Amino acid sequence: MEEKPVKLNVNNRIYELKVKPYQTLLHVIRNELGLKGTKYGCGTGECGACTVLIDGKAVHSCLMLAAQAEGKIITTIEGIGTYEKPHPLQQAFVEAGAVQCGFCTPGMILSAKALLDRNPNPTTEEIKRSIDGNLCRCTGYVNIIEAIRTAAEQMRRNQT
Amino acid sequence: MREFSVVGKSVPKIDALSLSVGKPLFTDDVEFRDLLHAKILWSPHAHAKIRNIETREAEALSGVHAVICFKNVPRVLHTTAGQGWPEPSPYDTLVFDNKVRYVGDRVAAVAAETEETACKALKLIKVEYEPLQPVFDSERAMDEGAPVIHDEPDARYLIPVFYDPMHNHCAHIDLSIGDFGAGIKSADFVIEHKFKTHYAQHCTLEPHSCISYFDSYGRIVIRTSTQIPFHIRRLVAACLQIPEKMVHVIKPRIGGGFGSKQCMVIEDVCAFLAMRTKHPVRLAYTREEVFVSSRTRHPMVMWTKTGVRKDGAISAIELKVLSNTGPYGAHAMTVMSNTCAKTLPLFRCNNIKFTGDTVYTNLPKAGAYRGYGETQGTFAMAIMMDEMAAAIGMDPVEFWKKNTIRKGETSPIFKALGEVGSGVDMIVESCSLAECIDKGATAFRWNEKRERYKNQLEGALKHGVGMCCIMHGGTVSLLDMASASAKINEDGSFNLLVGAADLGTGADTVLSQIFAETLGIQVEDVIVYASDTDISPFDKGAYASATTYVAGGAVLKTAQKIRKKLLNEASAILHEPKDNLIIEKKAIVSTKTGKKIELGQIAKKTLYTNSRRGRNLFQIAATASEYSRLNPQSFAAHFVEVAVDTETGQVKVLKYLAAVDCGTPINPKLAEGQIHGSIINGIGYALTEELVFDRKGCVRNPSFRDYKICSSLDIPEEMVTMLVPSYEPTGPYGAKTLGEINISGPLPAISNSIKNAVGIRLCETPFTPEKILKALKKK
Repeated sequence: MEEKPVKLNVNNRIYELKVKPYQTLLHVIRNELGLKGTKYGCGTGECGACTVLIDGKAVHSCLMLAAQAEGKIITTIEGIGTYEKPHPLQQAFVEAGAVQCGFCTPGMILSAKALLDRNPNPTTEEIKRSIDGNLCRCTGYVNIIEAIRTAAEQMRRNQT
Repeated sequence: MREFSVVGKSVPKIDALSLSVGKPLFTDDVEFRDLLHAKILWSPHAHAKIRNIETREAEALSGVHAVICFKNVPRVLHTTAGQGWPEPSPYDTLVFDNKVRYVGDRVAAVAAETEETACKALKLIKVEYEPLQPVFDSERAMDEGAPVIHDEPDARYLIPVFYDPMHNHCAHIDLSIGDFGAGIKSADFVIEHKFKTHYAQHCTLEPHSCISYFDSYGRIVIRTSTQIPFHIRRLVAACLQIPEKMVHVIKPRIGGGFGSKQCMVIEDVCAFLAMRTKHPVRLAYTREEVFVSSRTRHPMVMWTKTGVRKDGAISAIELKVLSNTGPYGAHAMTVMSNTCAKTLPLFRCNNIKFTGDTVYTNLPKAGAYRGYGETQGTFAMAIMMDEMAAAIGMDPVEFWKKNTIRKGETSPIFKALGEVGSGVDMIVESCSLAECIDKGATAFRWNEKRERYKNQLEGALKHGVGMCCIMHGGTVSLLDMASASAKINEDGSFNLLVGAADLGTGADTVLSQIFAETLGIQVEDVIVYASDTDISPFDKGAYASATTYVAGGAVLKTAQKIRKKLLNEASAILHEPKDNLIIEKKAIVSTKTGKKIELGQIAKKTLYTNSRRGRNLFQIAATASEYSRLNPQSFAAHFVEVAVDTETGQVKVLKYLAAVDCGTPINPKLAEGQIHGSIINGIGYALTEELVFDRKGCVRNPSFRDYKICSSLDIPEEMVTMLVPSYEPTGPYGAKTLGEINISGPLPAISNSIKNAVGIRLCETPFTPEKILKALKKK
């Protein structure tokens, strides 16, 4: 199949690429853009390891074609914080012991970010719901929920 | 508990920030030029001979670099089990065979320039099968006249143990201690049950992945998602028929293991293709392939017969186990032997009979899975405990306390049976199980709830509480070896090299803490690297939960050696006798004169300037090893509260409490994380996770949609973990092991709580609504 030109806005940077029409956003993010924080876990939208933000909403990038993401604002884990200056969620995950193997972590953090950006003071139930599409096999979710709660507090404090 | 400065503190996991910001740390996160993609052709038959394979068309496809199958790969019998050599698993596996033994067995593999081309090439391979009668029922596998799954004449164990592949009989162990018959005779109640556990998959979030390439010196490098880098080196070298020195295995960050990466799963194929093509080759499983063609938990059928006296003493225990290893015997014998060796010593009973058999079937490959036989054995035995307590009218809490091993006691099983052959005689030197039971019961408000649920409310929802205790012997006695090397840098930091494979558990952090504690430094001063077979010293790998205890022991010894060298140097520099010197806050200080020298200064002197004062220039460094002289047990008491919907059959876990004795928790936060993860995995195993097969032996639910693991919405409303430390004198800073023990609780504890709620006894797993409704109807 022929490649088609696509313009993607990822982490506030414009990438002009040629992709095959059937290529997923996940494939393009990992293999064309070299952003490896977005993970393949199932390819069928069930585990959430490939979660990215599309216009602020958590989306499974394995279920979206790269071409469908044109004209949208795409944020990957690399776009919300750095090693030197981590996002409060990233910091909270570290401190709460919410990271074990870390394979689900980027997707988990992005789902949580989508929640906190629209709801700065979520209930435990809302936190649980926001990450229901992100599977984790290591932590049992307890410390992840705690991390999101702590990050929410921190972010509220930063606001004031 | 003794107070330490770094040990016992919840320092953040050292790789957590890098993982949180999405650094490319996993196997598949690196890029290579001219990388080829590998795909495997899977068997559609449960049992068949391959009459012929025609690969020419696939080979001719543009972009295909190699096709391998039994015709062009040497026939090297091996086991894929990542165990010490000689492995206690039968050599019954080939890289490719002219026979397939389950739906999802390997037939051929392709390396091509893109994944699409590789997939296309698979379709061009023509295979002529001669289907054979399959064996699916483990209880019929040894029948006279049953189809023989391993009819090749040369399948064998390297060690002298029972093996009868002509009857699909992969392993057998029996054991008799005391006088079982007399024990049964003296019992007031004799209880018998049959149990069945099911096929389950580990579901590591990172699928198995591997990248192989040649370095500039003609050696093959294998970057792989494994728990056993050093065993992979040995196994791949054997399969490729090259010396071990030609193989270099790198273990990057691993996205979970839980036992599924304690086998050589794909490394042989990936390395072969790299060798054939002289290109870097990437082989990464899809999720469906992980479900079908990696490893699973051994399903077991178990029969128990126990005798109990009115005074609460257990007079006899019999456990009979029939384990299904699927088509290959990796971990077949050892998982089965552990149902006895790591489960039964918990019980204070002197008349014990154990019979274990493992059989081959044409269903997916079993292997190591967190719990390793102990999960299955604990399921049967902890239900028997509940039943015995009920028979004599004793509260389970009292009954467990009365009948479980205590500090200073021993079990005849310790000596009689290890994972491989006889075990090691030992006394339990650390055990806070009784305290776990007491503290757990109080915090859980056991008595109050037990009393309350005697009178259930009207309506469909019935509540119940159940409990169980678990023991985990945390090493494979005498066979586990780990080592560490370390050196000082001129700023007083240290490089710590360990062979131990951190799978995401936090082992690197815990080992750094042990090292830092010993040298009076902080975790930030330790640069840990693990593991790489060219650089790290040997380690048997991450299994048996043994890393903290065994690798921790090696790290402790290494640090002690370095400490001695530092004190020697400081003594010479400060002109102070060594006895006056202590090491604290990254410096050595005289307790008499207050004279002080920083570790960085010592390093600089030994590296640069000592020679000017007539002393040696040298690197302060050390290497040390530790092995599993003993197998100290960790303990846990689990309490669970459930609600059973008698109309729908649904079980909801409302509250779960685990009180755990892992010796000194080196890092309480990480310890807590291990407990949470194990319990949630165990709850999934108990309630929703099950591989289902069609009549042809094909997995019907190889996806997260149809194989349901717990999500954030499925966890109990209340999860309580209590660390109840003991101090294990043989462990580093009193530590024991923790990785596996807690996965074994939910199955029996939930069965016991369902019994308490609605009076039905579920002995077949998982406890699905169908099974519950069926049992309720029968009641």
